[in-house]
Amino acid sequence: MSLDAKIPQGPLAEKWSKHKFNLKLVNPANKRKYDVIIVGTGLAGASAAASLAELGYNVKSFCFQDSPRRAHSIAAQGGINAAKNYQNDGDSVYRLFYDTIKGGDYRAREGNVYRLAEVSVNIIDQCVAQGVPFAREYGGLLDNRSFGGSQVSRTFYARGQTGQQLLLGAYSALNRQIHLGKVKMYTRTEMLDVVTIDGQAKGIVTRNLKTGEIETHAGHAVLLATGGYGNVFYLSTNAIGSNVTAAWRAHKRGAFFANPCYTQIHPTCIPVTGDHQSKLTLMSESLRNDGRVWAPKTVEVANKLQKKEITAAQVKEDERDYFLERKYPSFGNLVPRDVASRNAKEMSDEGRGVGTTGLAVYLDFAEAIQRLGEDTVRAKYGNLFDMYYQITDENPYKQPMRIYPAVHYTMGGLWVDYNLSTNVPGLYAMGECNFSDHGANRLGASALMQGLSDGYFVIPYTLGDYLATIGPKPVDKNHPAFEKTKQEVIAYNNKLLALKGNKTVVEYHRELGHIMWEYCGMARTEEGLTHAKGLIKALKADFWKNAIVTGENDEVNAALERAGRVADFIELGELMVTDALARRESCGGHFRLESQTPEGEALRDDENFAFVSAWEFKGEDQEEELHKEELIFENVKLSQRSYK
Amino acid sequence: MSEFKQTFNSSLGKKLIMALTGLFLCTFLIVHLGGNLLLFKHDQGFAFNSYANFLTHFPPIEVIAYILYISIIVHAVYALVLTLKNRSARPVGYAVQPKSDASWSSKNMGLLGSILLLFIVIHMSDFWFSYKYDNVLKFKEYRTDLATNVTTVGEYVPQVADFERSISTENNVEIVRVKDIHARVQESFSKLWYVAFYVIAIAAVAFHLLHGFQSAFRTLGWVHRKYQPIVYFFGTWFFGVIIPIGFALMPIYYFYLSLNK
Amino acid sequence: MSTGNMNLTLKVWRQKNSQTAGKFVTYKAEGISEDMSFLEMLDVVNESLTKKNDEPIYFDHDCREGICGSCSLYINGHPHGPKKAITTCQLHMRTFSDGETITIEPWRSAAFPVIKDLGTDRSAFDRIQQAGGFISVNTGGAQDANAILIPKVVADEAFNSATCIGCGACVAACKNASAMLFVSAKITQLGLLPQGQPERYSRVQAMVAQMDEEGFGNCTNTGACEAECPKEITLTNIARMNNDFFSAKLFREEHAHDHTGGE
Repeated sequence: MSLDAKIPQGPLAEKWSKHKFNLKLVNPANKRKYDVIIVGTGLAGASAAASLAELGYNVKSFCFQDSPRRAHSIAAQGGINAAKNYQNDGDSVYRLFYDTIKGGDYRAREGNVYRLAEVSVNIIDQCVAQGVPFAREYGGLLDNRSFGGSQVSRTFYARGQTGQQLLLGAYSALNRQIHLGKVKMYTRTEMLDVVTIDGQAKGIVTRNLKTGEIETHAGHAVLLATGGYGNVFYLSTNAIGSNVTAAWRAHKRGAFFANPCYTQIHPTCIPVTGDHQSKLTLMSESLRNDGRVWAPKTVEVANKLQKKEITAAQVKEDERDYFLERKYPSFGNLVPRDVASRNAKEMSDEGRGVGTTGLAVYLDFAEAIQRLGEDTVRAKYGNLFDMYYQITDENPYKQPMRIYPAVHYTMGGLWVDYNLSTNVPGLYAMGECNFSDHGANRLGASALMQGLSDGYFVIPYTLGDYLATIGPKPVDKNHPAFEKTKQEVIAYNNKLLALKGNKTVVEYHRELGHIMWEYCGMARTEEGLTHAKGLIKALKADFWKNAIVTGENDEVNAALERAGRVADFIELGELMVTDALARRESCGGHFRLESQTPEGEALRDDENFAFVSAWEFKGEDQEEELHKEELIFENVKLSQRSYK
Repeated sequence: MSEFKQTFNSSLGKKLIMALTGLFLCTFLIVHLGGNLLLFKHDQGFAFNSYANFLTHFPPIEVIAYILYISIIVHAVYALVLTLKNRSARPVGYAVQPKSDASWSSKNMGLLGSILLLFIVIHMSDFWFSYKYDNVLKFKEYRTDLATNVTTVGEYVPQVADFERSISTENNVEIVRVKDIHARVQESFSKLWYVAFYVIAIAAVAFHLLHGFQSAFRTLGWVHRKYQPIVYFFGTWFFGVIIPIGFALMPIYYFYLSLNK
Repeated sequence: MSTGNMNLTLKVWRQKNSQTAGKFVTYKAEGISEDMSFLEMLDVVNESLTKKNDEPIYFDHDCREGICGSCSLYINGHPHGPKKAITTCQLHMRTFSDGETITIEPWRSAAFPVIKDLGTDRSAFDRIQQAGGFISVNTGGAQDANAILIPKVVADEAFNSATCIGCGACVAACKNASAMLFVSAKITQLGLLPQGQPERYSRVQAMVAQMDEEGFGNCTNTGACEAECPKEITLTNIARMNNDFFSAKLFREEHAHDHTGGE
């Protein structure tokens, strides 16, 4: 099977406009004859549901949370990029495109990324019109801040809660359509399978999380906007409920999974304190605008800090190593996330880490507080400082924050073409759920941009083309495929409920996380990955023998929900390791120790690996098959990324 | 009209009624206290009795009085309706009572209001009802020599059954004959339990208004960063302290007088 | 998985579903670290219940960083526990002392029926938002973002109201189980911004009508909501809502249904 990304021909800047013109349209009167299923109500899902309903389609929207407003986009902190050039600092659509391609270590499609940069400006307009209260300057104009991997200020923000404000904007647009009857909202409903008829997606199977009822829903198209799979690492900045189940079950129904090994480890998170920890908390990248990252120059000083014999403030200036400023003078503390993370790990590996575990470096605001005053710093980052204080019981106004990298975002996901369609016709993927436009590393403040771009400005055009092609004939809800898929889901759930072993699902999850972090985290090797693969296979076998799943199906059963999600994570974990093994190069967030420059930076192998890995599910316990989509670069020159 | 009905049946509409009637009752308190200050005049009740007579015989004031009575009833009835509605909004209560920061008075407006209602009933029947409808009150005659401005007081026994009052001037002497409510005041406030009841009720007024006055402004939506402190100050010191002290002093003062008789 | 040395007694509300009656059940939480969050402490209890094949305690939670609004426990007489301006997931065990008894209850409100144990159905909040918590603008119909000038102080004030996470602590704290802080926060956010003006007076009517329909209690300006709100939304929002509502009802032409072109 060959993968056609359907990137339009022609000059980069004209691809999207030409493509939009070439896409088929659905007659306004016919739109109401189409049913569209959208799973997930984060930025991508909610914006798509609202926009498609506005066009006239009948939308059925699903989320597992008790309200669409609780999707994890809500937790994004720092901001959203847009090439508005309001700051007159030389930004442009092309520069945003270029920064994103380069930031992604040249493993993203030119056409997609350019489109993303192009529509970024519309997103800001749309959100402001919805009443999203972005930060303003005294003159009433929008304010911007800087983010990693770029030298312009193009990030729009709402204090440290940009994701919340954008999501509530999309949620309000969704609410308006629910009110108008164009969207039917299903909360506390989890998608457990895709129904395909003749190879086309025609519906989904869901479980009502309040009653346990397994239901089927039919639609002309199924759009997945179900987020990323960072929780495969157990500990991540994702919400506890964030899961891969919808995407994974779609994968098992034929949708290819692309670049699963590309995970983003965010450099500034609150370090782990113990095994009890259920999640990690991010400290926004925006903090690196004013915070300076450092570690002690010597192991001796680090040891004293670890044993709490001295405090950070007692470390003299010449005993400190501001390693990002030293190594990358032009970007300084604002290097991309993968670079910052790797350097923090390096410090800890050298024994120069701080905190009781030695797995942390400092993010210091002393200089910023001196320069700007504590009040200004509080106005900019107050809620983040408070959050840090709540968790650590340490006051970041008085002592530097301790930070360490943590899993944050997954660049991989369901393979989609330029139209956001997976290889299964009628099945689409948007936002973090698809393998997206970020290549091997996502720049800060670009996830919100991509989610909203997909939902507001891409899918409303591209979906119409498919719908016009298949025609408005109603989907046959009595087709045996619906009942068959439903019965398979029931059987699978019963299998889970029959597990009455001696180890909790959470324990399996934690174990999986340890394996993934150890062998498929910030540094990966052939040997480690091979070992991990064996461990995961064994874990899977053990899970299906010894796990405990309490309760029944016909009730609220969080244990069953978690069990299904962890079972999928285990399978995904194995695929991630397989993908990481196959990609014998380093790029962005995927760092193979065997492939690095003399300075220890990620060394790509463009000759052999300038492609998207798209994996095909071949059956339970079968090795997946790799399909390659070659990446073609016509506009940017592939080079070793440098932020020096 | 149905739109107004809809408005006042809404949760906010009911609150509006509470706020408006409440604020009206607040303004009445000022007037009432002002009049009652005449009790402190050492004129054997001349000014006070004349004032009481004026209040009951000047038609515009009578209209306002009826608005007042209606306000009290509406305020109480709506309070009851709202309380029942609020109770039904939480059918299953908490095992641990809420410990959230909120003033005591704001959480006990119903209790305070009930004390006040009881007080108003007793107060009205003792003074207002007996003044207007009971024929138990005696009359007094005040003779003021217009030349010397010296007033003398004496009992007066009406000649006709439905006598209300009279003002006449004979030989440069003004003769005012009015019902002697002042005597009722003296008599009532000579009883310790009665004084105590009044003081408790007035304390209830204080706490009720401590929250109620500023709350009414919030309900009306008249909240502004610049004026809010003024409303708070006024609500706390004027309605929460000065007015209640003014009212409380009367029974205490008359009780004190009765002790020294 | 004992990582600490705190031992606590928990009195937890257990209720199978909305149809059955619930009761308090006492559990021991042992070996609790003071660095654990409150929910992580419950995770420990649930793990031990699961090991015994007992049903774990159900509670809503998701982001565990204080922003999604899922978590909703009424702890020792306080929604989200005794500390100010945080959610339950941000509450850490160092707030409690060894040996303490902690009573954990669900939000109590007729409009938030218990669905299981400590989890309640807060969809009434969504329905209120659906009734009018939006600005009617279709995708693609927006002007340039900088064409609308918004004074910083207005944008900041609107933002403060917009930070509401819809957790329902205001309802839980209010002695009347009133939702007015929640409702007024959205009305205030959109009512302050220039973009929200065209629908300002129809919106407030539509949202208040839906709020009344859901069976929440009335506001007595007690301020418990403000004191317990994890995002410190102020009572001033309610006053603003009142003002808009009375203006709309008594002096404006707009009806509630003008909001979305009839219903």
